[in-house]
Amino acid sequence: MSNLQNNLFDIFYIDTLACRQSWIHSLDPRAKVLTTLIFVGIVVSFDKYEIAMLIPFFIYPAVAIALADLPFVYLAKKMLLLLPFAFFIGIFNPLMDNKTLITFDLKDIVDLMEFIGFKENIGKMGTIDISGGWVSFLSIMIRFCLTVGAALILISTTGFDAVCLALQRFGVPRPFIVQLMFLYRYMFVLIDEASRMVRARSLRTFDNSNQMRFGIFISMVGQLLLRTMDRAQRIHLAMCCRGFEGDIQMLRAINFGVPETLFTAGWTSLFVILRLYNIPVKLGMMIENLLLS
Amino acid sequence: MHMADALISPAVGGTMWAVTAGLIGYCSKKVKNEMDDQKIPLMGVLGAFIFASQMINFTIPITGSSGHLGGGMILAILLGPHIAFLTMASVLTVQALFFADGGLLALGCNIFNLGFFPCFIAYPLIYKTFVKDADTNYMRSNSIDFKKTERKILAGSIIGAIVALQMGAFAVVIETLFSGISELPFTTFLMLMQPIHLAIGVVEGLTTAAVVLFIWKARPEILSSASSSSPIGRTPIFKVVVGLAAAALITGGALSWFASSNPDGLEWAMFKTAGVEELESPDGIHTSLSAIQEKTAFLPDYGFKSGESNELSESSAESVKVELGTSVSGVVGGILTLIFAVAIGFALRQKKSN
Repeated sequence: MSNLQNNLFDIFYIDTLACRQSWIHSLDPRAKVLTTLIFVGIVVSFDKYEIAMLIPFFIYPAVAIALADLPFVYLAKKMLLLLPFAFFIGIFNPLMDNKTLITFDLKDIVDLMEFIGFKENIGKMGTIDISGGWVSFLSIMIRFCLTVGAALILISTTGFDAVCLALQRFGVPRPFIVQLMFLYRYMFVLIDEASRMVRARSLRTFDNSNQMRFGIFISMVGQLLLRTMDRAQRIHLAMCCRGFEGDIQMLRAINFGVPETLFTAGWTSLFVILRLYNIPVKLGMMIENLLLS
Repeated sequence: MHMADALISPAVGGTMWAVTAGLIGYCSKKVKNEMDDQKIPLMGVLGAFIFASQMINFTIPITGSSGHLGGGMILAILLGPHIAFLTMASVLTVQALFFADGGLLALGCNIFNLGFFPCFIAYPLIYKTFVKDADTNYMRSNSIDFKKTERKILAGSIIGAIVALQMGAFAVVIETLFSGISELPFTTFLMLMQPIHLAIGVVEGLTTAAVVLFIWKARPEILSSASSSSPIGRTPIFKVVVGLAAAALITGGALSWFASSNPDGLEWAMFKTAGVEELESPDGIHTSLSAIQEKTAFLPDYGFKSGESNELSESSAESVKVELGTSVSGVVGGILTLIFAVAIGFALRQKKSN
């Protein structure tokens, strides 16, 4: 229960984030949805052993968080809480795939350290072998951070209703959009109702946990379901009184103008460049040449 | 059993997106055509109910863990398959956006795994063979044997939930395997997933059956109207399945072809859309294409990885090794890039706050 209540607070908080004012917030939601999808698509298109080329992609979350003034610590914490799932699937990679993939020649590192200023003898030369499994594990973790981060940034700069509006303009069927908006609106109401029921029960019982016997559980869930259906009927009648004809009209003008085009095109071309050119390795080689020459 | 973006390849994610989009379109059309608008608030609010019911937990005896009501089956029984599928899809979309359960690319997989099997396989083919309309509908039958119907609902729900979850878990394994990101061997993953989901299926089936029986006793007309308003006998489920399989094969085939026969689907699309062919002579394209191919040759193609392709991945691992001979520069460059990206973020924020 506490878990879901925390989630609920999360949604409230994300909603308040979505209400802030910034350049990114004010963009047409379609631009942000499109950019996020392109970002996620390009990030997952890398090979499973890729690490270096994924790293430049952190530029997108970094810039978005800064421009939209999002709380970095909060987003990072939320991501850490979600990490275990990807971790437990990913951790099998090092166990299964133990062929050596990368061999570090210690000589390179020693050269570099000596150049930077470590003059003392570092010790024996050799190589460090890293198995493919660890490389792909790290790659999975980076992908996870990037994709989850992008989704969180989208929702906390755009808000749910605006995302729905964008989806509708992209041609997602109307009944599904109406369904999404109803779900979002009544989620809060019903979670409140359920938590009141659970609280009422736990105040009247000597057992201090929020879990209950199966029989009680069924009658509670059943009651909640009956109330839900009654509520749906009342909502429908109220909506009919206000001229509902099977569709929700959204009063919100959106306009895909110059800033939106710039935003989408700019980010997309950056992502494509980062996808095609291995910038970290080039940069590293450049620096190495500079230092060692 | 949510799939995550980090574990799937674009080919698998895109295929499942296409399939799910097709299903949502099909269900929306169906719902629009045959639904009275009273059902619209009902389906929205019931989606919210699925969230809210997770607040109410019960103790599972012996194990000490707790259980709550699961999704697909109960929605299918109360609303019929089409509305139930749309409701499940909306629940999973909200989860993907707010709780980051799964992810945006994996959303197609998740909607399919958790929505399609209970709504279009378990409900019509299993639950409905146990529980006929006449068993619960007071309007159609004069005498209803309560004990018998109770047993039928119980059996239908439990077997239905188990089958739906087993198929969903199997789909997760297949999707992970085809993506080739995780190294989990097929059989090990299968042995992990199927038994766990057998247990979950029994619990979900029990709770579903108990809630359905509760509703049936308290307000029998809800179940009657649900079963009569969704004439499942007329649902051309066979056509739907064949259509979906075709869509999956075509998109999957096309996507994996992009992934294997070209350096990269994305680069291929870039070449197509940028119109480079028109600007350059054939020789030019050829050389630039092969230059890109050289550059990306150390990336093994991310097509469908199967059990037999170990050789292929080994050889590609070899080529990765060769390419990453300059791995130190890769690490140095990577760290620098990361610092650079974060620094840009900080600088922008500083500038904003000043």
